[in-house]
Amino acid sequence: MAERKNARWKGKGCAARGAILALLAIAFSLLLLERSACAADQPGAECLACHGEKSLTTTRARKTVSLFVDGKKFAASVHGSFGCTGCHADLEGKDFPHETPARVNCGTCHTAEQELYARSLHGKAIARGDPLAPRCVNCHGNHDIVPVKDQRSAVAPLKVPFVCGQCHQEGTPVSRNRQIAQDNILGNYSESIHGEALLKKGLSVAPTCATCHTAHSILPHTDPASSIARRNIAATCTKCHSQIEIVHRKIIRGELWEKQANVLPACVDCHQPHKIRNVYYSQGMADADCMRCHADEKLRRARDDKSMYVSASEVSHSRHSKIACSQCHSEVNASRVRPCETITRGVDCTSCHDEIGKLYATSIHGQLTGKNDLNAPSCKECHGTHGVLGKQDPQSSTFATNVPGLCARCHREGQKAAVRYTGRQHEIIANYTESIHGILLKNGLTVTATCTSCHTAHHILPRSDPQSSVNAANVPVTCGRCHHGIEEQFENSIHAKRVGGSTKELPVCNDCHTAHAIRRTDEDNFRLDIMGKCGRCHEDIAKTYFDTYHGKVSRLGYTKAAKCYDCHGSHDVLRVTDPRSHLSRANVAATCQKCHAGATRRFAGYLTHATHHDPKKYPFVFYTFWGMTGLLLGTFVVGGLHTLLWLPRAFQMRRELREAEANAKTAMSAETPPAKEGTDA
Amino acid sequence: MPNRDVAELQFVRFTRLQRILHICMIVSFISLALTGLTLKFSYTKWAAVLSHLFGGFESAGYIHRSAAVVMFGVFITHLVDLYRLKRREHSSWRSLVLGPGSMVPNRRDWSELVGTLKWFVGRGERPAYGRWTYWEKFDYFAVFWGIAVIGSTGLTLWFPVFFTRFLPGSFLNIATIVHSDEALLATGFIFTVHFFNTHLRPEKFPMDITVFTGRMALEELKRDKPREYEALVASGKLEEQMEEAYQPIVIRTIRAFAWVALAVGFSIVLWIIYAMLFAYR
Repeated sequence: MAERKNARWKGKGCAARGAILALLAIAFSLLLLERSACAADQPGAECLACHGEKSLTTTRARKTVSLFVDGKKFAASVHGSFGCTGCHADLEGKDFPHETPARVNCGTCHTAEQELYARSLHGKAIARGDPLAPRCVNCHGNHDIVPVKDQRSAVAPLKVPFVCGQCHQEGTPVSRNRQIAQDNILGNYSESIHGEALLKKGLSVAPTCATCHTAHSILPHTDPASSIARRNIAATCTKCHSQIEIVHRKIIRGELWEKQANVLPACVDCHQPHKIRNVYYSQGMADADCMRCHADEKLRRARDDKSMYVSASEVSHSRHSKIACSQCHSEVNASRVRPCETITRGVDCTSCHDEIGKLYATSIHGQLTGKNDLNAPSCKECHGTHGVLGKQDPQSSTFATNVPGLCARCHREGQKAAVRYTGRQHEIIANYTESIHGILLKNGLTVTATCTSCHTAHHILPRSDPQSSVNAANVPVTCGRCHHGIEEQFENSIHAKRVGGSTKELPVCNDCHTAHAIRRTDEDNFRLDIMGKCGRCHEDIAKTYFDTYHGKVSRLGYTKAAKCYDCHGSHDVLRVTDPRSHLSRANVAATCQKCHAGATRRFAGYLTHATHHDPKKYPFVFYTFWGMTGLLLGTFVVGGLHTLLWLPRAFQMRRELREAEANAKTAMSAETPPAKEGTDA
Repeated sequence: MPNRDVAELQFVRFTRLQRILHICMIVSFISLALTGLTLKFSYTKWAAVLSHLFGGFESAGYIHRSAAVVMFGVFITHLVDLYRLKRREHSSWRSLVLGPGSMVPNRRDWSELVGTLKWFVGRGERPAYGRWTYWEKFDYFAVFWGIAVIGSTGLTLWFPVFFTRFLPGSFLNIATIVHSDEALLATGFIFTVHFFNTHLRPEKFPMDITVFTGRMALEELKRDKPREYEALVASGKLEEQMEEAYQPIVIRTIRAFAWVALAVGFSIVLWIIYAMLFAYR
């Protein structure tokens, strides 16, 4: 079977080989024809008479220079048809041996390129008379120039790195004697992802030197017109990486990419030039540059004597340990001795933390910052600077257990935020610390509510703002994020807007539980305070509660007596007419049984809000009260009158008694002899 | 006991059991009044202070119910004592009720009341009262009435689940009002009218401790209960009922106790007046 297959292949191979040979034969004969035709009157044939000799040399600047011109190559070059004098125009009609011809001016034909070149780094160097500066021929060659697309071209993509590398590699006079910020350019490039693609994988569309630096308009990156100027880098890179902003969305806001490239980290801040990899090269060289100065603990800013010391270990332990200095301090200019001297503004965290930045800007903190309020906290007031840590890190200022202390810096009584606050909440921090949330947090329960759990971290707004997480309309949802089951109950209760349909202001969580001093509901204080809370709206019914046993003993501090919510339910409070209510006909006995074991439906007939002030609603109670009061008054009037009438007679009796006693005494002292009195004494 | 000098002896008016019962009654009554009124006037600062003194409301409740049990005990003991009195001295209940020492008001009490009122307005002599005056009888039956009314409603409130098996739940509301207002009547009456009639009457001021010692001076008997005195002299039984007075230390102790009871009683009256007039809700 394998043999048969081979045979078939052999058969096909023979046919193809025949066809190729035939084509080649035709092509060859055509070439010969053309060559013989050309040779008949080949331009520059005269010149080649001498310059065709490989041995033709001359001495320039004490160096032997070959004057050989490969006629065949010249003829095959793009300029072959122009003849020698097409370029060496000054030799037209000259006798042999002619003078050293003038330098060929390519710009005669290549006007546009010449102009670009003249303005370029290389062109200016030539104008300065820099002997190391390259001219057209240094890159393009002279007599054997072929189209760029031709693989044989000296400036074909695969060759460009080496063309540039003639000068721009380690050890060359250019690299040694000229100020070029980058080193080992060719070496780095060939190891970069671009160089690898081009040189190792033969990907001819991979960027070469000229792709970024352009071919003729090469300018230093400090020149605003340069393709590699900070402002233009993004545009240069996006020539190939056209949708790079999509994958860099988290780092760079799309619309800023081209509009305000100066505020953004440029591509090269992360992907260093010539060493480009598909990973960050951030922590290496760039940071070391900054740390040359900023590692000095004594470094201070002249303007305000602020310490400019940056602790490398702090940064390396921070959340941003893999972020380069220049990614945050984005206006640095690497070409300066002090790259940071071009920085005009502070760190803008939103260039990476875009979403959070938007939220922050709408928050009260952000609004105040926008108004240049010096008290308003920006990112760093809470998150710190170089040592920024994630909120999951127990050392972080934003770790759950540290949040109240963090907010307290401004919101503790007497501090700058508390001083300007005009609302009802006071002793916020102290109250929170003693609240159930605060106690749990102190006990290390990190999932309990801290300031940010209710107020959010970045979208803090005053409660009057409808967008605020602590606005009355949003409070149930905010609390419900943790207390979900309770929120569900509450949303179905009479107090929920949807159910109650009341136009009056309905209570939400904090109206009963308070905002910051939230207690366990089985604590005495909560149980005793609730009537006052319910009574804020249910004034009359709370009053009548205090006319009954439950209310009276509650007022004396007896926590076990039934409070409002013991009967009505707490979060699931409903109209008593609602069959689902704890006080509905079907449920009321069970509700009483919570305290009064064995309570019956008849027991529940006790009027828990009875008052003797309301004859219409509670006639029996009313008339019993007045009946008893009548009995009381009657008895006291009769008893009191009897006593009052008695008084004068009683005083009379007292007088008579005293007189009688006095008489008896004098009578006795007159009767008895003094001796007996003496024994008595 | 060396020389039984008749002049030094005192007339025994109350038996030892009666005196003990009266002391028990005072203690339980004041306890009930204080603990109960803290609840009735729970809206005054006073009530909160008192409730706290009693160790909180819960403990005040225990004291109230314990005192109620003592009160019931006093009442039942008295009934048993009455039964024993009937067995000992009377052939029938009728004789007990209609006898000369009976507490049950009769026609003579009515005429004494009329006579007393005439005396008050200066239209007659002071009636010659017997062993029990009409106001003493009123006080005695007021206790019967009070125990019946306050005791029954109190039990209803103590055992509401049991009582609502056959009474409507709203009866508890009625019971609350009756219990508390009747108690107010009792405390108010005892600490004003009763106090005046027996202790603060100018001729007895500041107090009459007969009910604690059980004894009274013969002179006093002659003056206050002339009819009884005469009856005793006539029957020749007076001598049997004369006993020696207590030692001064005993008298002092009794006086101290009586002063405390008196002071507490008056404080309660002041508190009630304050609560009713200035803090009423």
